[in-house]
Amino acid sequence: MKIPATARPSLLTRMRGGTGTVVFLLPMLFVFGLFSWWPIVRSMIMSVQVTNLVTPAEFVGLDNFRAVLNDPLIGTAVQNTAWFALLALVFGYPVPLLMAVIMSDVRRARGLYALLAYLPVVIPPAVAVLLWRFFYDASDTGVFNTILGWIGLGPVPWLESSTWAMPSLVIEATWAAAGGTVIIYLAALVSVPPELYDAAEVDGAGILGKVWHVTMPHLRSIMLITLILQIIGTAQVFLEPYLFTDGGPDNATLTVLLLVYNYAFANTTGGDYGKATALSLMLALALAALSAVYFRVTRSWSA
Amino acid sequence: MSAFTDLRALPRRRTRSLAADSDTRGITSEFDRRQPLVGLLRRAVHVGLLLFLVVAALGPILWLAKSAITPTQDTLRQPMALWPHGLDLANLKTAWVDLHLSLYFKNTMIIALGSWAIQMLVAVTGGYALAILRPAFGRVIYGAVMMTMFVPVVVLLVPLYLTILDLPVTHASLINTYWGAFLPAGASAFNVALVKRFFDNLPREVIEAARVDGAGDFRLFFYVVLPMSRPVLGVVSVFAVLAAWKDFIWPLVVLPDPAKQPLSVRLPNLAKVTELDVFLAALLISTAIPIAFFVVFQRFFLRGGLDGAVKG
Repeated sequence: MKIPATARPSLLTRMRGGTGTVVFLLPMLFVFGLFSWWPIVRSMIMSVQVTNLVTPAEFVGLDNFRAVLNDPLIGTAVQNTAWFALLALVFGYPVPLLMAVIMSDVRRARGLYALLAYLPVVIPPAVAVLLWRFFYDASDTGVFNTILGWIGLGPVPWLESSTWAMPSLVIEATWAAAGGTVIIYLAALVSVPPELYDAAEVDGAGILGKVWHVTMPHLRSIMLITLILQIIGTAQVFLEPYLFTDGGPDNATLTVLLLVYNYAFANTTGGDYGKATALSLMLALALAALSAVYFRVTRSWSA
Repeated sequence: MSAFTDLRALPRRRTRSLAADSDTRGITSEFDRRQPLVGLLRRAVHVGLLLFLVVAALGPILWLAKSAITPTQDTLRQPMALWPHGLDLANLKTAWVDLHLSLYFKNTMIIALGSWAIQMLVAVTGGYALAILRPAFGRVIYGAVMMTMFVPVVVLLVPLYLTILDLPVTHASLINTYWGAFLPAGASAFNVALVKRFFDNLPREVIEAARVDGAGDFRLFFYVVLPMSRPVLGVVSVFAVLAAWKDFIWPLVVLPDPAKQPLSVRLPNLAKVTELDVFLAALLISTAIPIAFFVVFQRFFLRGGLDGAVKG
């Protein structure tokens, strides 16, 4: 956030009342101060402390970071999170784009398409996961295995195999989130000036040519943003591994945020708030660095 | 909810609605569509996508609706059978009464309404102060608010929990109180930005005129700015309610007492101790309200990119 050093001269003259302004600012300052700014500062303090909430916190330098990096599970968690993010990109990134491009060409009842596409987004994620957990039943009478049986495939062990568990989580997560992205793309697509398509036709472009030379360039900057937002979101995946598999089988779905949660809140090993904040900070820094590099590299690409 | 009904009276927005059948052209031209092969292919793609959406998006919900009133053994043996051997409508009542779903439902409502109220209060007063009153230090505050949008939620989980556990100065604890769920929801930079941008675009002449007529900060707020803000208040409202209804990890952490937990936090525990058909009935009940809410307020959700609300 860049704040110009010199405010516009009219600013002071526009200032009125004093008390009124303070009263209106108060709710925001109170809520952000207590539940956003202070916790952010506190996470930095806590990451270099050991605290059990009973005895006073003790400064330990980088011990928490060292402890996290020496945790034999950290490598697994980072790998799994990256695997989840990669799979989510492969499954989840092209699907909403394709759906939105087709939907933008629909003349009648586009509202019905949009309604259906967004429907999974409004289902509470916990409900969705619990429902899908049943769909993923590994026996040959499970819902998905029954469907696969119709075309002579399966049964697939889904959540019970360490190979299949992660893709299963990704499929559900994609199902749950795709609708939101579809609506974003669709909003960008209906704003494509029709003259551009006319012009492309004059130049002899077919339908795919128009998609490639008009539609895609128009979506480029929004696609770049949804891509990095998706990576940032999937890097913090928690609900699916927590409710589907609790990190199993064999830690195959243990993600970074699940590890943070376990450090802080798990029944037996929990209460290690220093380690939990140290790991969250490292994840946040990694994401910040990734975004910075991403925007630097792609700056010249966006229209 | 009268704030929403009056929306129709507002002048049509310039931005094209996603839902509306567009009168102008899209990727395919009139000429493309008249070619037999292209026209046929295009229709096939459209119908194919519609079928896919019905199966993928509506399918699981229809399956849930059917299985919620099907005896457990039927669902286990033939999950994809179209017609159950017997109906078990009592499942819904059993879930509502015996699983105490009514209690968790009430809790969810409380959390949704409380979070909505706090979010509205913070966003509207804050947006008003920053956009209309414009204090000298406003840019700094707005910068500090917007900065929080770039902090991943993961960083806040543990320190926020410890803040709730032991508030600064007062040393009160909000654990197991609904305030612990409401207040952090208010710290949404997204809401503040949305409302501020809307207020920024309100006609300055109207505000100046009210000032000339002697309206103070409060009168201006209640009689001039708020009545003009229905579109943005609607958008912030529906997203706030839905987000609170969907939230899982924060209520899980801040409300350890089962009697205070919302549906989404209770359901995973109920899954372990409940017969399948009754549990599926519970899932159905938990989904029905957000779906109904979405269908009623769909234009807020489907407007896309929130453009309409911001442009006003």
